[in-house]
Amino acid sequence: MIPELGQFALVIALCLALVQGVMPLAGAQTRNRMWMAIGKPAAAGQFVFVLLSFLVLTWAFIQNDFSVAYVANNSNSALPLLYRISAVWGAHEGSLLLWILVLNIWSISAIVGGRHLPKLFNARVIGVLGLVSVGFLAFILFTSNPFDRLIPAAMDGRDLNPLLQDPALAIHPPMLYFGYVGFAVPFAFAIAVLLEGRQGTDWARWAKPWATMSWVCLTLGIALGSWWAYYELGWGGWWFWDPVENASFMPWLMGTALIHSLSVTEKRGLFKSWTLLLAISAFSLSLLGTFLVRSGVLVSVHAFASDPERGLFILIFLCVVVGAALTLYAWRAPRMTSDAGFAAFSRESFLLANNILLVIATFVVLIGTLFPLVMDALGQGKYSVGPQYFAAVFIIPTLPMALLLGIGMHTAWKRDKWNRVSRHVRIGASLALVLAIAISLLAWDGGGVLSAIGIFAALWVMFAALVDPLAYLRKGQMRRMPLALWGMSIAHFGLGVFILGAVVTETYSVERDQALSVGESTSVGQFEFRFDDLRQVEGPNYTAVEGVISIFDDGEEIAVLYPQKRVYRVQQSPMTESGIDARLGRDLYVALGDPLGGNAWSLRVQYKPLVRLIWLGCIIMSIGGLVAVGDRRYRIARQDATARVPAGTARETG
Amino acid sequence: MIRNLAARVFATLAIAGFFAPGVVFAIDSSEEFEDPKMQARYEKLTAELRCLVCQNQTIADSNAGLAVDLRRETRQMLLDGKTDDEIRTFMVERYGNFVLYRPPVDSNTLLLWGAPAILLLGGAIAAAVVIRRRTGMKFDDEEGDGLSHEESNA
Amino acid sequence: MWRYFLPIAFFVLLVGFFLRGLSLDPSEIPSPLLGKPAPAFELPSLDDPASTVGTDTMKGKVALLNVWGTWCGGCRQEHDTLMAIAATGEVPIYGLNWKDDPAAAREMLRQMGNPYVASGIDADGRVAIDWGVYGAPETFLLAADGTVIYKYIGPLNFGIWQQEILPLALQAKEQQP
Repeated sequence: MIPELGQFALVIALCLALVQGVMPLAGAQTRNRMWMAIGKPAAAGQFVFVLLSFLVLTWAFIQNDFSVAYVANNSNSALPLLYRISAVWGAHEGSLLLWILVLNIWSISAIVGGRHLPKLFNARVIGVLGLVSVGFLAFILFTSNPFDRLIPAAMDGRDLNPLLQDPALAIHPPMLYFGYVGFAVPFAFAIAVLLEGRQGTDWARWAKPWATMSWVCLTLGIALGSWWAYYELGWGGWWFWDPVENASFMPWLMGTALIHSLSVTEKRGLFKSWTLLLAISAFSLSLLGTFLVRSGVLVSVHAFASDPERGLFILIFLCVVVGAALTLYAWRAPRMTSDAGFAAFSRESFLLANNILLVIATFVVLIGTLFPLVMDALGQGKYSVGPQYFAAVFIIPTLPMALLLGIGMHTAWKRDKWNRVSRHVRIGASLALVLAIAISLLAWDGGGVLSAIGIFAALWVMFAALVDPLAYLRKGQMRRMPLALWGMSIAHFGLGVFILGAVVTETYSVERDQALSVGESTSVGQFEFRFDDLRQVEGPNYTAVEGVISIFDDGEEIAVLYPQKRVYRVQQSPMTESGIDARLGRDLYVALGDPLGGNAWSLRVQYKPLVRLIWLGCIIMSIGGLVAVGDRRYRIARQDATARVPAGTARETG
Repeated sequence: MIRNLAARVFATLAIAGFFAPGVVFAIDSSEEFEDPKMQARYEKLTAELRCLVCQNQTIADSNAGLAVDLRRETRQMLLDGKTDDEIRTFMVERYGNFVLYRPPVDSNTLLLWGAPAILLLGGAIAAAVVIRRRTGMKFDDEEGDGLSHEESNA
Repeated sequence: MWRYFLPIAFFVLLVGFFLRGLSLDPSEIPSPLLGKPAPAFELPSLDDPASTVGTDTMKGKVALLNVWGTWCGGCRQEHDTLMAIAATGEVPIYGLNWKDDPAAAREMLRQMGNPYVASGIDADGRVAIDWGVYGAPETFLLAADGTVIYKYIGPLNFGIWQQEILPLALQAKEQQP
């Protein structure tokens, strides 16, 4: 009975979403106050019923209701409670329910946060969000119903994929969804601006916190996925340029361009139509990602059960939403011009370069990801595009960007002089250069020119980001430093930390595969790994063989690791749990391979310097974003509703 | 076996709908080559070849029987003195371009490999055009926008 | 103002590819051997290890080569179809016993029937690699001169035989000198 309630709730939600989507937009067109006002209660109602539906599904998992097909396919009575809950979004249908729930959370937040915005504008934003909800709810109800019954009910479930039975992977999808679903809000803002033909640039100031918050969530979501892959999958790798990873990375790149472009529009009223296009594109890429993951057009480790019929539905949805948005853009954007100027050496120029390079990076990833599909569709055979391609070409736009970043962030608006800026950054630049050369020559086993350049870029960005905080510190005025400036400095510093971690790990890691018997050891550099013991271990829903590995640093024992080879009972699938000794400076990593007879096993042992900086950098970037959102300028919205209406907008009745 | 991590290693989540084969990576604990250069070539080659069975792993990392066989073939070809290109050609003759993770440079892939440079050129031109237009427009150096000088610089 | 239409134009192009992509299977890999001479091999025969089976044995007539093994579930699934094809007498079927135990293989044929004129024992998988095999069962159709005409990946069913393989086989027979 209860699962049917969940489905019924979705049906009601769909009706409310239709009201939320159509009425406010129609009301805005016809200046009908009542229709515009219906948007908010409709949205609130939709949220309530979607939440209800989600809770019903969660309850079914907690109660082990195996009469629901989705629960039977993804859960098991022996599954620990935490994973029974995270199993709700473990496969296609449930993850879509999470998607629509997250969209609702963002919609409600946008409505609450936008209560001081002009009513006409707000109505359109609510309407667009409603229409997007309609699409997803329809998709769920017509093709991917999580509440389908299994008759007769299963005795027990097929268990959650063991790879997903992990705390990091439990939070990774929600965080990721908050990220790219969140771009729906700036998207809705952009549509509202275009529909209204709104001149002026206050919308940029309104949109920026939403774009930034989504970006923060997406950064964390991607970082969680990367970190999980590293410690869970046994390879020690942290990024694989897999199509679905790329699908989440492209909105991130576009989102980064968006928040920078919003700055320019906010400050100078420039790049208006470009910013609108970025806002549309970021969310479009999110939707594209949804399509790529679930349609089966690409080969990927992450792909959900691929089903061309579902794929077609998503594609049609994509066409409607993105097609309408881009057509509106083509029609209305030409009116969004400005005649503000700037000098060649100015912050505007640098931000222009930043945007161009980020868009190029996005295209590079897109081309690489879609190339196999395009070639197959053109009958040119099957190609693969792997990390060797992406790693090589991704540096082409991003290295110049890192180099320009240090200068650009200290350049003034409108016009600046190289002499003035270089005074701020030349100490940092020289220091970075010296350190980079020194590290490349002396540290670890010595690296090449490419790694020296990479380390230089990382340090350069880090030192450049410290210039402003240090300047304020020296004047004893740190408390007067605006939050936006703090945010920028912290976020850019985080980027530098990330680059450092990535370059150093990729260049200087050492990996060794070896067959070892109990009692034997192997060594990597100054570290000795001794295979002490092998034993059987029972878990709640698995049995495992556990190795005990002691690590010695120049003879002194520093850690004991317990890598496991698990077999999950229900699905009979093997899984590796690696043992990691984690320090900021380096990770020591051990994984069990296969039994080789007797007491011997194949072992992979790795030394990974500075690998933690990769995720630490992402966390720092996110903190920077959060800090920036707190800046006072985003809180002056209350004045905006009563501010003078910019020329070009129709008079509001609100 | 020492592996320089300039060669990437891959992960697999074989989440194919409801079935999770739970593919585990392979540790290649066969004998290293005596010649470190040949070992490096072996590692680089096997990290570039795609396993057709699991499809999301290199043959270096895959457990599949085919991957084990192909690693053996690669090893044998290296000992026979074949060049890297000859080994790659061997694989492509039998399995097609799909087997190469680094796409070959042929008439089809010109656009793929050339795209970044072309885009960069296009971007530079676009930037030049925009900057030229904007420097031609007037702008006062002082314009009130309600924010202090420091805030403007954020 | 045409440049404002570039985004939508690009999007339409992408959608076109996606639409086409929905009907394609990205994980299926076609054979690069089509239209080329079959890779030569000579292997001990399963029934009689003293004699050999190979491309020479198959030459001179249109033939099928089926890659199989006792460990392969799909091969057992298609076994009845192979028996039916053999019964038609249209095209002889040769087997490539891939990385298998010869005794178990012989036993399986004894129990389930032997559709093969002869099977070669590919113990180390080298021949399968030469033929670009990546997952059993796979079936190749060869012309009389040894050219590979067609490859089917996966368990055969009689429908595939009738609609796809048989027409090509008959056509190849007509072209025989």
